[in-house]
Amino acid sequence: MGAEIGHFALILALLLAIAQAGFGALGHRRLDPALMAAANVSAIAQAGFVALAFGLLMQAFAVHDFSVALVASHSHSLQPFAYRLAATWGNHEGSMLLWVLILSGFSAMVAAGGKTMRPGFHSLVVAVLGLLAIAFLAFLLFTSNPFARLFPAPLEGSELNPLLQDPGLVFHPPLLYVGYVGFSVAFAFATAALIEGRVDAAWARWVRPWILAAWVALTLGITLGSFWAYYELGWGGWWFWDPVENAALLPWLLGTALLHSALVLEKRGALISWTILLAILTFSMSMVGTFLVRSGVLTSVHAFAVDPERGIFILMLIAVSTGGALALFGWRAPTMRSGAMFSAISRESALTLNNLFLMAATLVVFLGTFWPLVIDLVTGNKISVGPPYYNRIFAPMMIPFLALVPFGPMLRWKSDEWRAVASRLKAPLLLAGLVLLAAAAASFATFGWRGLGAALGFALAVWLVAGSFALLLRRWRSESGLSARLVRTTPLSTWGMVAGHAGIGVMVAGITAMAVFATSEVVALAPGENASISGRTVTLQSAGVVQGPNYQALQARFLIEHNGKPRTLVSERRLYPASGNTTTEAGIAASISGITYIAIGDETNGRLAVHLYRHPLVGWIWVGALIVAFGGALALADRRFRAGLPAISAAPRVALPA
Amino acid sequence: MKRAVFLAPLGLLLLLLLAFAMGLGRDPKELPSALVGQPLPAFALDALEPGSAPLASAALAKDGEPKLINVFASWCTSCRAEHGKLVQLAAEGVPIYGIDWKDEPAAGRAYLAERSNPFRAVGSDPSGRAGVELGVTGTPETFLIDGKGVVRMRHAGPIDEQVWQTKLGPMLEQLRAEARA
Repeated sequence: MGAEIGHFALILALLLAIAQAGFGALGHRRLDPALMAAANVSAIAQAGFVALAFGLLMQAFAVHDFSVALVASHSHSLQPFAYRLAATWGNHEGSMLLWVLILSGFSAMVAAGGKTMRPGFHSLVVAVLGLLAIAFLAFLLFTSNPFARLFPAPLEGSELNPLLQDPGLVFHPPLLYVGYVGFSVAFAFATAALIEGRVDAAWARWVRPWILAAWVALTLGITLGSFWAYYELGWGGWWFWDPVENAALLPWLLGTALLHSALVLEKRGALISWTILLAILTFSMSMVGTFLVRSGVLTSVHAFAVDPERGIFILMLIAVSTGGALALFGWRAPTMRSGAMFSAISRESALTLNNLFLMAATLVVFLGTFWPLVIDLVTGNKISVGPPYYNRIFAPMMIPFLALVPFGPMLRWKSDEWRAVASRLKAPLLLAGLVLLAAAAASFATFGWRGLGAALGFALAVWLVAGSFALLLRRWRSESGLSARLVRTTPLSTWGMVAGHAGIGVMVAGITAMAVFATSEVVALAPGENASISGRTVTLQSAGVVQGPNYQALQARFLIEHNGKPRTLVSERRLYPASGNTTTEAGIAASISGITYIAIGDETNGRLAVHLYRHPLVGWIWVGALIVAFGGALALADRRFRAGLPAISAAPRVALPA
Repeated sequence: MKRAVFLAPLGLLLLLLLAFAMGLGRDPKELPSALVGQPLPAFALDALEPGSAPLASAALAKDGEPKLINVFASWCTSCRAEHGKLVQLAAEGVPIYGIDWKDEPAAGRAYLAERSNPFRAVGSDPSGRAGVELGVTGTPETFLIDGKGVVRMRHAGPIDEQVWQTKLGPMLEQLRAEARA
């Protein structure tokens, strides 16, 4: 019964989405409060029905209802409970339902939270979100029905890909999707503004929290995905430039640009059409990214089943939504008020430069991801670009970009003096310079040119962290030294910005150490034998087969000794008999100075192939990314910032400075 | 003029969608085969393992035995996916030679040491020079060479059971029959 109710709930949700779009558009036109309220209620009810459908699908997974085709193909009765639930979104149909759930959730929040917005405009935004919901619900119902029945029902299901049976993967897709779909709100705001032909600072004030919320979720989602790939895939790397990773990075880069340009729009009324364009592109890139890797246009190890019918539907969906928005842009944007002017040295131009760099970075990743397709179409050649392409182009571009980051917040709006800015940053510049010299002197002898590269990276990291904190110090200093009152009144959004920029510095330190000082060693060990890596002695204590709930594992225990301190580590290779898949559960010994990582291979003649890695500071990459996301969350918690959001009264108001 | 600038994003989107639509109908794994029927281009690569014999096209062409040449790299994700199949084929007696393409030799050695090595010999091509001669466009890529050193088939993408059963395996049987005749 559950599946039929779920299917029916989705049909009702589609009808409600149509009502939402229709009432919203009419409400906008007639400025009739009753119509507007009807649109809002439709949006909220629609979210309720989609949530019901999602809950029913989860329940089908939880109770092993193998008569539902999706459950039969992604759930095995031996699969642990948490992974049965996670299997709900570990497949194409379920993940589409999750996508729709988040979309309607956001749409309901926008509908419920428009009290501070101009009613006519709010109604239009709700209508546009309704149109998006129609498109995605139709895609779900007509091409990817998650509730299709299987008759006769099999006695046993086949298993969720074991790689996905991992705590990281329980949370990774929902966070990523909240990020992707969250940008739909910015898209709807941009489209509605184009329809109205009016963009002002209030528009930016309303939309910025939504952008920030989506961006924080996307940052967390990508971080979790990177960490998962690191420990689960057993390849000893944190980023692989796989098309699916790029699909998440592209909207992140654009979203970061959008975050900054919307700031200029709010504070200074400049970069109007640019911000609108970015809002359209960011969500479009989320769609292109999520769907094209799943449609068979690009090949990727991550891709779900290929189905040209779905591919066509997706292309039409993108053509109508993005195409429609861009056509509106071409029609309306030229006639809109152009922004305020600013001088070449000003915070506006620094943020414009930030946008240019981020656009260039987006272009590089976009070309790397899609160029093979274009080349194939034009010349018939198949090419693939691997990490060498990105290392050569992306990395050198990011270095000057990141070096410019601390300047932005130090610049005054409108116009500033170059020398004055430099003098405000004197201390961090000096500190970074000292680090550069000291690190270069220390590492050139041992590591040569690579050592110089490392020195540059660490100096950049110090510069980013110190440069960000210099802003706080500058703010806190009064004539009589540091003022406690000024510390207390520092707005959360400033703290957030400082954390966001400093977090990038922490990441840069980790990335530099990984790029220059990571070492690895492959050895064959019998129990009792040892090997050494970066001054650590690794002894294989025992190896044997253990039985898990739905897998068998070859498990090896290691003893790591460093400076006399021992530590044990377990590394596994798991075989999941239901699907015949194997996974690596690498053994990881982490500390602040880095990670010792052990992956095991096959056993031959009583010796186990062991891959040892020493990854200095690698954890800093994820911790840095978490600090970046935390910065975003801090800014989001700023009360002034929340003006456009629905009243989330659960948020800790007491903690806010007055 | 100004309007044209604002319409440019729409134009680019339409071009992109056109490309995607054309891409949908294609099999991304099907490759043109300019080399097929041609003799194996000349290359001579240092061995990946220092001290082993180098990998030279002249030597590969001479011995009268049909063989596979597999182009891989340690950074290539699909290569990891196909590696198990290569090991299995090697165990079944299929001669496979490897080219470690655009890769640090140390990384390539570690990659092979960690898995079992299915290759009779592995050449290291860190600059991708031999790859250019072969027209390699990405990894993994596999060439099937007959006993006279003529390229008879090229497969881009990982070899899995299906590819082997329907494509490379039957061709190898045919080449072996030719070599016996």
